[in-house]
Amino acid sequence: MNDQPKPILEMLGITKRFPGVLANDHVDLELYPGEVLALLGENGAGKSTLMNILVGLYRPDEGEIRMRGQRVEIHSPRDAAALGIGMVHQNFMLVKTMTVAENIILGLSDLPFVPDLREVSRRIRELSQRYRLQVDPDAYIWQLSVGEQQRVEILKLVYRGAEVLILDEPTAVLTPQEAQELQGVLRIMTAEGKSAIFITHKMEEVMTFSDWVRVLQQGRLTAVRKTGETSPQELARLMVGREVLFRLDRKDCVLGEKVLELHSVSALDDRGLPALREVAFDIHGGEILGIAGVAGNGQSQLAEVVTGLRRTAQGRILIRGKDLTHASPLELIRAGVSHIPADRIGMGAVGNMAVADNLAMKGYRGSPLSERGVLRPRNILEFAKRMIEAFRISTPTPNTRIKFLSGGNIQKAILAREIDACDGLMVAVYPARGLDVGATEAVRKMLLSQREQGLAVLLISEDLEELLTIADRITVLFAGQIMGIVPSAETTVEMLGLMMAGVPLADLPALGTHDPTPGSSPA
Amino acid sequence: MSVFALISSILTITLRAGTSLIYATVGEIYTERSGILNLGLEGMMLMGAVTAFATAFYTGSLWLALLVAVIVGGLLAALHAFLCVTMRANQVVSGLSITLFGSGLASFLGQRLGPASNNYFLVGMVGPKFTPIPIPFLNSLPLIGAFFNQDILTYIVYLLMPLAWFYLYKTRAGLSLRAVGESPQTADAMGIDVVRTRYLYTILGGMLTGLGGAHLSLAYTPGWTENLTGGRGWIVIALVIFAMWNPGRAVLGAVLFGGINAVQFRLQAAGTAIPAAFLNMLPYLTTILVLVVMTWWEALSKRIGAPAALGKAYMREEK
Repeated sequence: MNDQPKPILEMLGITKRFPGVLANDHVDLELYPGEVLALLGENGAGKSTLMNILVGLYRPDEGEIRMRGQRVEIHSPRDAAALGIGMVHQNFMLVKTMTVAENIILGLSDLPFVPDLREVSRRIRELSQRYRLQVDPDAYIWQLSVGEQQRVEILKLVYRGAEVLILDEPTAVLTPQEAQELQGVLRIMTAEGKSAIFITHKMEEVMTFSDWVRVLQQGRLTAVRKTGETSPQELARLMVGREVLFRLDRKDCVLGEKVLELHSVSALDDRGLPALREVAFDIHGGEILGIAGVAGNGQSQLAEVVTGLRRTAQGRILIRGKDLTHASPLELIRAGVSHIPADRIGMGAVGNMAVADNLAMKGYRGSPLSERGVLRPRNILEFAKRMIEAFRISTPTPNTRIKFLSGGNIQKAILAREIDACDGLMVAVYPARGLDVGATEAVRKMLLSQREQGLAVLLISEDLEELLTIADRITVLFAGQIMGIVPSAETTVEMLGLMMAGVPLADLPALGTHDPTPGSSPA
Repeated sequence: MSVFALISSILTITLRAGTSLIYATVGEIYTERSGILNLGLEGMMLMGAVTAFATAFYTGSLWLALLVAVIVGGLLAALHAFLCVTMRANQVVSGLSITLFGSGLASFLGQRLGPASNNYFLVGMVGPKFTPIPIPFLNSLPLIGAFFNQDILTYIVYLLMPLAWFYLYKTRAGLSLRAVGESPQTADAMGIDVVRTRYLYTILGGMLTGLGGAHLSLAYTPGWTENLTGGRGWIVIALVIFAMWNPGRAVLGAVLFGGINAVQFRLQAAGTAIPAAFLNMLPYLTTILVLVVMTWWEALSKRIGAPAALGKAYMREEK
């Protein structure tokens, strides 16, 4: 009878309502010891909400949670930790101005009032060896790379003796190699009988990381599959509710004139340290140049320099042959440069303003949106309606405040505005970050259509699949330097990963090993 | 007067003048470390000063007077905590309101709590006061002697400073406090009660500020006059920045400002050609300079600075 292992964790009929949203609708979940469960779903499907309930940050409106068969009430993260449940949040829960050791013992009550940090460090070293999570316990968080910070988060959980680890989109910030290491860490843990829940919206990760997968769609559990018995295609269909095109149609394009040229451009970051070192490349019309790299290696500074938001310390920037090195953002806009910033709500849109006003924010300087400095509301509304229709922005009305739209629709609105104003160069920074499959597809299609219309696109992305599918050439930035520029048809994820880790293209092993037939690699 | 004796006397006044500043600065550092900005210090100090003086005047008990000042400061701070933590009101507005309210009420009390013989005014009354307790032998050492010719509240400061530093940087509770001010989300996720922490240290800060006010009316001045604090509550806000939110460094700022006060008093007493109004202005001018220099320096070094969540309300289920 009882030969089957008992689940360590069960969630039964969990329901959570937010004002106007049913975030979780009677969701069930089962987790067995030594197992990795993938929780797959688009943004807003309710994955994070479900997990926040599990760690006691939210209270469910209905349903119950059982741990080792016992019904439990989780009122706070402290309760969850006491039950052995811990979570690595998407935005790391770390205090930047404190050391690794201090962060790890934060909130622990079974320590002496004056903790012996040397003893704590010793235990951390022990654990980091056991789980291959290399990190210096005495380093400050702000000194660590994002990958290292994630290790600290995981160490924090194992230090507290967590049996159930929840990882919220853990690979979004990692290089492919780091993601592989994470997989190794999870293997060691599951071998010890710990289990993990892995939140993601990427099908490939479900396939490599998990034993079981549960798919959420609009707050409801729509499918439970054994990972070995499903495919990325099936998962995508289950997640979105329709067939998804994995392969976008990238037509051959005729290269136009040189639109953007960078001649050994250097720039400093906010702290006055070098962020870009002699970066040089050019982009022609009808071409997408992808910039790959782990976040924080100069990508945002590159975008800022090209859009006039950051001072160029050295070197020259030419647009259509015209020297615009120290031009202001407005001069660059007038030169035809459009910008899709990484921070959608912070930089791309004004959250408290209407969709229509956000759409008009570039064209408002002249006719027909304004006449002699006075806005023409009727023309703005007309324009907005046209944009909403053309770019399929889903909004209740053009006058809705843009912050109430989903991330995907905000991004579509920004794209609509920028594409409409673009006349030469489009600078897109993480344009599909955090978007669901459907919106991602739409954004990528729009960028491709820009290319087909002969515009130059500078695409900064952390998604290598994205770069490989839509970019013509890929450049890797590491510590502000270019590691190499390669045609995307002749490169692989592994090559890019090595360059992202700081190996220049020239030092890479011979390229003969990669699959020479384009189109045969899986999506 | 020998140079030694002159320096020694300036140092003695410096420490006396700095004591009230240190109490309030340490208090405000703790409050701000929890992420709450309390601009109500001036009002709390004045209220502490007037209630302490009135209590001492009528009961003759200095210790009861201190207790009253601590309670009054704590109550005003509790109001601030309620507005900022529970109601998530704008912390600047709440703090300014408390300063205006506290200053006005203190001034009113100063005109009502006095004896009938003095038209119910407290101004001009003489009450019991903390007097310097010279510590034998130590107080006769050159220079260092100045440290051992102080009142009991200043002696307590010598203990308070290292304790406040140790508590903040070496204990679990201090770690939790710092985390709440830097990243309440993180603290919350690690099981630390953000609301409780913010209440606790806002009230503690108010208590210490009340105590600082009491030192002015019971030891430094002593007595009650209108606007007794002379803007010390505002100087403390700057001192917190100068101390970079480290109680161990609070002493530097307090001594700097106490020192400027002491020197300008000396100069005025000696009858210099510099107008008195100009000398009176010095501490405030220095405050401005310190703010400019610190801000500039902070921009350069980038890391050292205010608690990241200072002035921001925290709410968990934010959607």
